[in-house]
Amino acid sequence: MELSFQTVMSQVMLGLNNGVFYAILSLGLAVIFGLLNIVNFAHGALYMLGAYVALLGFTSLGPLIGMPDFHLNYWAALIVAPLVVGAVGIVIEKTMLSRLYKFDHLYGLLLTFGLALIIQGVFTNFFNVSGDPYEAKPEILNGAVNLGFMMFPKYRLWVICISLVVCFATWFVIERTKLGSFLRAGTENPELVKAFGVNVPLMITLTYGYGVALAAFAGVLAAPIYSVSPVMGSEMIITVFAVVVIGGMGSIMGSIVTGLLLGMVEGFTKVVYAPASSTVIFLIMVVVLLVKPAGLFGRES
Amino acid sequence: MNRILWIVLFALGLAAPFIVYPVFMMKLLCFALFASAFNLLLGYTGLLSFGHAAFFGGASYVTGHLVKVSGLTPELGVLGGTLFAALLGYLFGSLAIRRQGIYFAMVTLALAQIVYFIALKAPFTGGEDGLQGIPRGNLFGMIDLGQTYAIGGNPVALNLYYFVFVLFCLGFWIIYRTINSPFGQVLKAIRENEPRAVSLGYKVERFKLMAFVISAALAGMAGSMKSLVFQLASLTDVSWHTSGEVVLMTLLGGVGTVLGPLVGAFTVVTLQSELSSVGSWITVIIGVTFVVCVLLFRRGFVGELGRLLKRSL
Repeated sequence: MELSFQTVMSQVMLGLNNGVFYAILSLGLAVIFGLLNIVNFAHGALYMLGAYVALLGFTSLGPLIGMPDFHLNYWAALIVAPLVVGAVGIVIEKTMLSRLYKFDHLYGLLLTFGLALIIQGVFTNFFNVSGDPYEAKPEILNGAVNLGFMMFPKYRLWVICISLVVCFATWFVIERTKLGSFLRAGTENPELVKAFGVNVPLMITLTYGYGVALAAFAGVLAAPIYSVSPVMGSEMIITVFAVVVIGGMGSIMGSIVTGLLLGMVEGFTKVVYAPASSTVIFLIMVVVLLVKPAGLFGRES
Repeated sequence: MNRILWIVLFALGLAAPFIVYPVFMMKLLCFALFASAFNLLLGYTGLLSFGHAAFFGGASYVTGHLVKVSGLTPELGVLGGTLFAALLGYLFGSLAIRRQGIYFAMVTLALAQIVYFIALKAPFTGGEDGLQGIPRGNLFGMIDLGQTYAIGGNPVALNLYYFVFVLFCLGFWIIYRTINSPFGQVLKAIRENEPRAVSLGYKVERFKLMAFVISAALAGMAGSMKSLVFQLASLTDVSWHTSGEVVLMTLLGGVGTVLGPLVGAFTVVTLQSELSSVGSWITVIIGVTFVVCVLLFRRGFVGELGRLLKRSL
């Protein structure tokens, strides 16, 4: 294949499009890990759940509540799905995760792994594994825009922009506001923060809720691009784990940047040597482990 | 450990093909060895690998290939699979021990995913179909493992069963010896308090790697056995589902107990065969078992029993 500027750029842009999903998901994992010290294996499943909330809201919610003409539109889904999934997350944290903090952190991983199996299993039983199309993409996001060097689908451009906004807003809140300073303090020393009268358990619950709401938001964004399927999350989560290992979960900005970069590298690999594109992130992980074991943005513990 | 218990278990293993459905029994032995090998790492060294399917499944492909395509005898096939898993374990182990705790789990999961992609794409693995119709062949070129004998009116591959049983005993004995050796004591010290083990002058990394290689090799041996029993090496064997399953077996039976993985494997394999009619709901059931186990009895069956009896099992 000829390596023209156009081919490379278009794949890199498409890669960036995947990269924003990696960024949002690894950001969510990092936020949760920071305060709860657990790796949320259910993250992929909740991302999938977000996509299904959008899909079912559009196709099945109306008939279900006796208003066959009602369809939850895309914009509403972008708000509703994170709220629904965030609520699910809060229930998970309150009823299950909160019982495990005093034990080894690995139990959190195992619990959320079990939850991922349950959520994925339930959806596999009711929906087609090969996926259903989400047809509520708004009119205004149809078509393509000319970026100068290539024509790029408008919807994908929108996904990149809005994801970056959400990522950087999250970074801003955590690193630059008073609320965020509580959060960071809670990460460093929860006991001390508690002593200052901050309701740390509530903060933990809401953090988990927010983290998984981010996953659901990514799920809704993904719905019009990829088909909505029960396995979309499990495929994603393992790659995101590798992203997180590469970046290290210690830094919010680190996880965003790593996600974006790796998406682009993956896109670039598609042009150079396509068969390696599905493994390139894992191979980079191997190299990073050899060269800088703590991860690019990680701190040595 | 109680000598009588071992003798009873051994006798049960010898008599099993005359009592229960032998394919079930062989599947159980494969997974029991797999879980025991995994437990050496999680239970006795404190390392949670989420990628053990790579060794189990990888070895089953290698054995399948050696026996089917290269025409080797089954014992050489198993040996090849086990060596492959040991080598892979050395590679993965060297990388994964560079990170601790939760990262270790993620690294092993991601590394195993590379193996999964290779198995999916490579020309010699049969892709989505896997390697089918792997011959059982002649042990040492003499004993036909495919030979069946009529027991109670059903054809039973007795030769194969006893081959699998012997391999299981060998693997289990290696694990048992490892745990109860000075080497195993050091592993436990690392599990309990790694910095202290370091300060006592142990090269912790080397011990961890060694445990990882032994665990990977024996997980591979279990996978090799499986490919002869089912005459199939498939993508399922290398997928993260299988890695998760072995974690569940160990957790359910009792992490860090000798008998736990056997009990856990028995429970999960029984669940799977009894509930095969519910189809994909099995994933949900396994998930629920995971959650219940983590929330309510983290010691597992054997661990809880040991606590009641106030002794280690």
